[in-house]
Amino acid sequence: MAGRASPVSTARRLHPGAWWLWALGLATAAIRTTSPLLLLLIMAVTGLVVAVRRTGDPWAGSYAVFLRLGIVVVIVRVVFWVVFAAQAPGPALFSLPSVTLPSWLAGTRIGGPVTADGLRAGLYDGLRLAAVLVCLGAANALASPSRLLKAVPGALYEMGVAVVVAMTFAPQAVTHVRRVRAAHRLRGRPDRGLRAVRGLVMPVIEGALERSVELAAAMDSRGYGRVSAISPVRRRATATLTIAGLLTVCVGLYGLLGQGVTAALGAPALVLGLAAATTGLWLGGRRSPRTRYRPDPWRWPEWLVSVCGLAAAAATAGGAPETGTPLLPAAALVLALAAALLSSPSVRREPA
Amino acid sequence: MIRFERAGFRYAEEAAPVLAEVDLEIDEGELCLVVGRTGTGKSTLLRAVNGLVPHFTGGIWSGRLTVAGRDTRDHAPRDLADVVGYVGQDPRAGFVTDLVEEELAYGMESLGLAPAVMRRRVEETLDLLGLEAVRDRPLATLSGGQAQRVAIGSVLAAHPRVLVLDEPTSALDPVGAEDVLAILQRLVHDLGLTVVLAEHRLERVVHLADSVVLLPGGGRPVAYGPAGTIMGDSPVAPPVVRLGQAAGWSPLPLSVRDARRAAAPLRARLTVAPSGRPGTGAGSAVAAVRGLAVRYGTVTALRSVDLAVSRGEVVALMGRNGAGKSSLLSALVGLVRPASGRVEVLGAVPHELRARAMVRHAGLVPQEPADLLYADTVAAECRAADRDMAAPEGTCRALFDRLLPDVAGDLHPRDLSEGGRLCLALAVILTGRPPLVLLDEPTRGLDYAAKARLVEIVRELTEAGHAVVIATHDVELAAEVATRAVVIADGEVVADGPTEEVLVSSPAFAPQMSKIFAPLPLLTVAQATAALRDPS
Repeated sequence: MAGRASPVSTARRLHPGAWWLWALGLATAAIRTTSPLLLLLIMAVTGLVVAVRRTGDPWAGSYAVFLRLGIVVVIVRVVFWVVFAAQAPGPALFSLPSVTLPSWLAGTRIGGPVTADGLRAGLYDGLRLAAVLVCLGAANALASPSRLLKAVPGALYEMGVAVVVAMTFAPQAVTHVRRVRAAHRLRGRPDRGLRAVRGLVMPVIEGALERSVELAAAMDSRGYGRVSAISPVRRRATATLTIAGLLTVCVGLYGLLGQGVTAALGAPALVLGLAAATTGLWLGGRRSPRTRYRPDPWRWPEWLVSVCGLAAAAATAGGAPETGTPLLPAAALVLALAAALLSSPSVRREPA
Repeated sequence: MIRFERAGFRYAEEAAPVLAEVDLEIDEGELCLVVGRTGTGKSTLLRAVNGLVPHFTGGIWSGRLTVAGRDTRDHAPRDLADVVGYVGQDPRAGFVTDLVEEELAYGMESLGLAPAVMRRRVEETLDLLGLEAVRDRPLATLSGGQAQRVAIGSVLAAHPRVLVLDEPTSALDPVGAEDVLAILQRLVHDLGLTVVLAEHRLERVVHLADSVVLLPGGGRPVAYGPAGTIMGDSPVAPPVVRLGQAAGWSPLPLSVRDARRAAAPLRARLTVAPSGRPGTGAGSAVAAVRGLAVRYGTVTALRSVDLAVSRGEVVALMGRNGAGKSSLLSALVGLVRPASGRVEVLGAVPHELRARAMVRHAGLVPQEPADLLYADTVAAECRAADRDMAAPEGTCRALFDRLLPDVAGDLHPRDLSEGGRLCLALAVILTGRPPLVLLDEPTRGLDYAAKARLVEIVRELTEAGHAVVIATHDVELAAEVATRAVVIADGEVVADGPTEEVLVSSPAFAPQMSKIFAPLPLLTVAQATAALRDPS
């Protein structure tokens, strides 16, 4: 029993919801700004926080994956911008060989002169997407989605388990592919190339099916899906409230993130939707007799972290100035950084 | 506690019954062992106890089965979860969460226990099963024995009154198995838990059982009674019982301790010369491993392994779960690239060979023989093997018929028994006539008859000049067939020598006969009965 225990074994972990709110706040800030300075600052903040606060969980390595993905996105975005997008006016830096397209593809351009402003616009746009990805990566590394799903309301619990089970599919499929490839070699079949891939698909799908049936049996044996009886009227009311509420939340978020006329609608829709969804979920949660083992409490560190993250989003609400140093958003980001680093919950184990 | 009344089960109206006319009652606080040959319905019986049969499998159930007064006909498995805990054959397949502590709490959460109760029970379960040190670990990093203990703990934490286990020790090394069984016995004695378990390796459990359910198969009635009486005429019996039958001891000994006492006069009378097995180091070298190290990422599986295997040898590779046995076999067929050191099979370096050439040097039957089988029918599988290995048509089928006669060609490989699949996979591998045959844990899920056939096959292979390496936890198999035993621990070879010397000198790996007859060098029932008949 070699001790590979995670380093946070005795510290209380921050509620996963707090980390996700924090990261989503930063991601929102990234979406709403075009300032490269702010975008780089956001990435630096998330990187630093992940380096300091991440746990020993299997998910903790996902930040690096998202960071790499972000770099790829920047490169792809710049290449597309250079090759396809209509260029901003200005002196051309260099010129690519251009292709004349048939008339029904009018409006699309391939090649031609590339301007410095065009190049910069592509780079900033890519940077923005990368920053959003990096924020999601940070959320994953700081609080795994499966821990977040543990905190979903009782009514959504069964859906949450389905998602968790689906998420274990990928790593299991990878190990299974390895086993099937080994078997190919043992039978003297090619274990590389196109023919090998064809031979992989069926066994891997079969294996996945078998595993899910076994898992379903195990979950059933352990009491998954026990329900207490409720009236059909209440069940329908619950479902309607939940779905309508969540849809309204979507509309509200769309309004808030966009900068057009819908923005005015955003806030009221969000509030209304949240209220409806919460009621629905609360009603639904009473159907399931489930309880929670050591639920993550929500105390002042959680408040601090999530509010500071959301403050960063709010600070960009006015739309950051295109030029100059965006002082207010930068200050909000530094605040978010400080909150995330300093809000270490007490080391003593909390009673359940 | 558990009461079968004329219970029966079949998958379809016209199908042969899997269980028929089962009539028995298992009392509270009883440790009941279910025995029978492969395919006689042991798993079906166990899965019926918590309602998985027929609620989950479908099929036709007849008669009545009540558990703690609840009829399984009206109660789905989830409604029985508070009285019956079920642990399947592969503990990892049943894990729902990804951390030890959360897994232990999962069942209680589903049952809706109060948080304070859950908290207390998780701590108790961690202590009871010795899992405190791994409480924060992801489940994927656990060893086989730890995973099995977590699986038991996760159902135990919900305080069921009945615990059902399907082959709880088949994947465990001897020491890990003893740990798990000791815990079960403690639960029965201290907490009054009713335990029903099936196990092929009877030598590990039969002495712990209060009662035995014998499923004879072939439509004959199920026998149930005290372990001593039922084992007397069981078609499957551990070595100690077979010795007792041969020596005519009554009452029949079930434990090594009983047999050792009964054998005291024999030990004084017998003198046995060391057997000197045939083929030890006789043939030319087939494989040579020098200074082999294997790493997976940052984990070192093998450090510095030296091993030579010659024609006509059977090498038993032993050691605890995760010691590096499978890694060594993988290196011998070139599935892993050595981090340092050298592996040679007939002068070739395995991982540099193409798959087609590889199968003529060494063949490996992996832990899950089903991995090797792709086709829809046995006949198609055999034809594909002939093509893959460039062997004359009919080679594989002929080999398979010799291993397991009278199997219809249109049967799906998945419908074969565990032993049947192993035979088919072995036939596929032998089609390439590799001089080096590697078997990874071949007796998992095999009953004693299938195991005896495996032993014959291995002997035939060595007589034909193959070298065989078997990685196994099954000490009785090693005692039966191996000419040499190699013990691996923590990625290093810690013992390498003739089977008699290596096995007898280790308390964990000593087979039952050598425990009974020590200091006499007897390893197998055949040797012991021969010595009984002819006490020279």
